Amino acid sequence: MAGTGKAHLRDDKNVLLRVEDLVVEFPIGRTGLKVNAVSGISFDVLKGETLGIVGESGCGKSTTGRAIMQLPSPTSGSIKFDGTELTSLSGEAMREARTKIQMIFQDPISSLNPRRNVRDIVLEPLTIWNRGTKAEQLAAVDKILEHVGIDPQRAAESKPHQFSGGQCQRISIARSLVLNPQMIICDEPVSALDVSVQAQVVNLLEDLKKEFELTLVFIAHDLAVVKNISDRIAVMYLGKICEVSSSDDLYRNPAHPYTEVLLSSIPVPDPTVAVKKISVDGEPPSPVSPPAGCRFNPRCPNASDRCRSEEPTLREIEPGHFVACHHPLTGGEAPVSVRSN
Amino acid sequence: MNQSDMVRSEHEPLVETIDVKTHFKTARGIARAVDGVSIQIRRGQSLGVVGESGSGKTVLSRSIMGLLPRNGVIREGSVRYQGQEIGNRSDKEMQSIWGREMAMIFQDPMTSLNPVMKVGKQISESLRKNLGMSSSEALAVAEKLLHDVRIPEPARRLNQYPHELSGGMRQRVMIAIAMACGPNMLFADEPTTALDVTVQAQILELLSEQKRDRNMSLLLVTHNLGVVAGYTDEIAVMYGGKVVEKAPTKTLFANTKMPYTEALLSSIPRLDQPSHSRLSTIPGRPPDIVHPPKGCRFAPRCAYVRDLCLNEEPELQQADSPDHTYRCFYPVGSPEYLERRVELTRKGELVASEGSN
Repeated sequence: MAGTGKAHLRDDKNVLLRVEDLVVEFPIGRTGLKVNAVSGISFDVLKGETLGIVGESGCGKSTTGRAIMQLPSPTSGSIKFDGTELTSLSGEAMREARTKIQMIFQDPISSLNPRRNVRDIVLEPLTIWNRGTKAEQLAAVDKILEHVGIDPQRAAESKPHQFSGGQCQRISIARSLVLNPQMIICDEPVSALDVSVQAQVVNLLEDLKKEFELTLVFIAHDLAVVKNISDRIAVMYLGKICEVSSSDDLYRNPAHPYTEVLLSSIPVPDPTVAVKKISVDGEPPSPVSPPAGCRFNPRCPNASDRCRSEEPTLREIEPGHFVACHHPLTGGEAPVSVRSN
Repeated sequence: MNQSDMVRSEHEPLVETIDVKTHFKTARGIARAVDGVSIQIRRGQSLGVVGESGSGKTVLSRSIMGLLPRNGVIREGSVRYQGQEIGNRSDKEMQSIWGREMAMIFQDPMTSLNPVMKVGKQISESLRKNLGMSSSEALAVAEKLLHDVRIPEPARRLNQYPHELSGGMRQRVMIAIAMACGPNMLFADEPTTALDVTVQAQILELLSEQKRDRNMSLLLVTHNLGVVAGYTDEIAVMYGGKVVEKAPTKTLFANTKMPYTEALLSSIPRLDQPSHSRLSTIPGRPPDIVHPPKGCRFAPRCAYVRDLCLNEEPELQQADSPDHTYRCFYPVGSPEYLERRVELTRKGELVASEGSN
C-alpha cells in the first residue's frame, strides 16, 4: 500500500476541507529528477476546527498549505473545500474560491507592500471584488483594523515600516479577514516574532476565530505554539504524515518516535529540568531521493528491517489517535500486512 | 603585562563592562540603545542576555566587541578585556582581538556567509590571516573544525558553497569560523532563531560542548528565556537599554524579582498547559528609546505599577542572594505586589492580561 493511509479521515457532514492523496512534486531542471515535496497525504478539517500541521523545514508543510490554495496546483490528489473540488476549477472560479480561503505568511513585513499605506493594503481585496460602495468598504476596513488592535487613523497615514513586526502581522490578519473568509491558512505566522508578541498574536487568532466563526490551518515548526492553538495536529516528516491526534493527546502520548523527538527538542523554560536527550542526529534526508520504507527510518532509534522496506500506514491506536509507524511508542506493534507473494 | 598583573587577571572577569552607554544619533533625536550597562563574564562562564526586540541586547554585544558604526554613535563607559580597556580602541587595534580573543556568530547564517566563497576558504581565511598558516595547513585545520562541529563528510564540504548547505549546516559553519582561532570569548546573537526546533537543540548542545571543551566564555543573546534556561550560568534581562534583572540562572527562575522577567516567562507557551489555554501577554510595546518614560521604563506596561514607578527610576537593588540584582520598587513577592496580585486575580485579569496596543 502506498501513501500514508486515510484511516484518520472523518465521515462528518461538518467537514469543510478534505484533502486526499495530495502529491506535490517539483521537477529539477531537465535532469529528470524531482523534489518529492508532498507524497500522498490526506487530512480533513471540520468547520470551526483548528488543524495544526507541524514538522521541520522541508517536510512539505508550507507546500501543503499553498497546494490547498492551488499555488501552484498539486501534481495529483483531491482537495475538496465546502463540497467544491478545487483542483478542477478554472482560473477565474479558483480566484473566486480564494476569497473564502485566505493565507497569512511568516514574514509580516515582506508580505505587505512597503510603498502603500496600511489602510489601502487592507482595503485592496474589497476593491478588487467590488464589495459595496467606497464608504462601506472604508467602514469595513476601519472596523477590522480596530478588531485586530490597529488604530485606523494611524493606518490611514502610515506605511508598513512604521509598524513593529507584531503589528504588521496584525495588519496581515486584518487583510485576510476583510473578505469574510471561511478558512485561514496560517503559515508560520508567529515564528518571526518575539515570544511576548507571539502570545499576543496567538490570543488574537483565537479571539477572531470565535468571533468570525473561522476554521484555521495553522502551520508551524514549534510544537508548543501549535499545541496551544490547535484542536487536532498532523505531524509531517519528509512529505508524509506520521501522526494525527488531538493536540492534548499528542503531547501526553506521542506514538511516533519522530513526534517524541519534536517534543523533546522544545527548550523547557526551567533550569532545574535536565535537558532531555532524545534529540536525533542529523537532518532530514533530501526529498529528491527519499528513503524506502518509513521515511524516518535512517534517523529513527527504533528502526528495524521492516521499517527499511515496508512503508507504514496510518492506523488508529486509540480513538482519534492515528500513527504511521511499525513500532510506535504506545498502541502496540503494527499488524504485519498480508502480502500476496 | 607584569607578573602581578597576570596573577590578578585570573581572578578578574574576562570581560567586564562598566556603565556602558551606546547612543545613536537619529533624525528623531538620540536613541539610547544601551543606557548604562555593567556586566561581568568570567572565564568559562556563560551569560544569557534576554530581552524583546529593541531592548539593546544586540547593541550591547556589538559594543563590547567594538562592532559599531563609526559615525553617529556616542559611546561612554568602559569595556575591559582581561583587565585592559578596549572600549576606546580603533578598528585597527581591535583586529588583534577579533577572531583570536573574541568572536561572534549571528542569527542568519545565510547572510553572514559569503555566498560566492567556498566554505573551506571562509574558515581558513582567519587562520591564514591571524595565525599566519599556509593555505594547505589552514585547510587541514578547517577540515578538523568542520569535524568538531559535527558536519558529516568535512573534506567534501570544504569545497562547497553556502547555498549547498542546509540552514543548520550553515550555522555549524559559522560556529567553525568563530572557533577557528580559538577565541576566549564567543558572542552568539540569536544563533538559533532562524532554525527549526530540532536543529536548535543540536546547535545549543554544540555551543555548550565547545564552551566546555575550550574553557571559553559565552554570551548568548536571545529573546526566548526557554533557550537560555538550560544553557547558561547567569542571565541578564534587558529592557529599554538597561539590565533590569541579573542573577544566576537557577536563582532567576526560582526567585524572579522583576515583574518584567515574570511576564516574559509566562508568555512562553508551555506544553503542559491544555490546548487553547489563554497565553499571558505583555500589553503594549517596548519603550521608545529616543524618549524613554520618566520613571521605570517598564512601568507603562507593568501590571503592578504604582505612582512611584511612573515618576522615579528604580536603582539597581540587591536581592537576598548575592549576585542577584534587579530594578524594581515593588518586586515579585513584596507586599504591594501581592496586594495587586489579589486584585488582579479577583478581576480575572491576571490569567488573561490582554495585549491591546
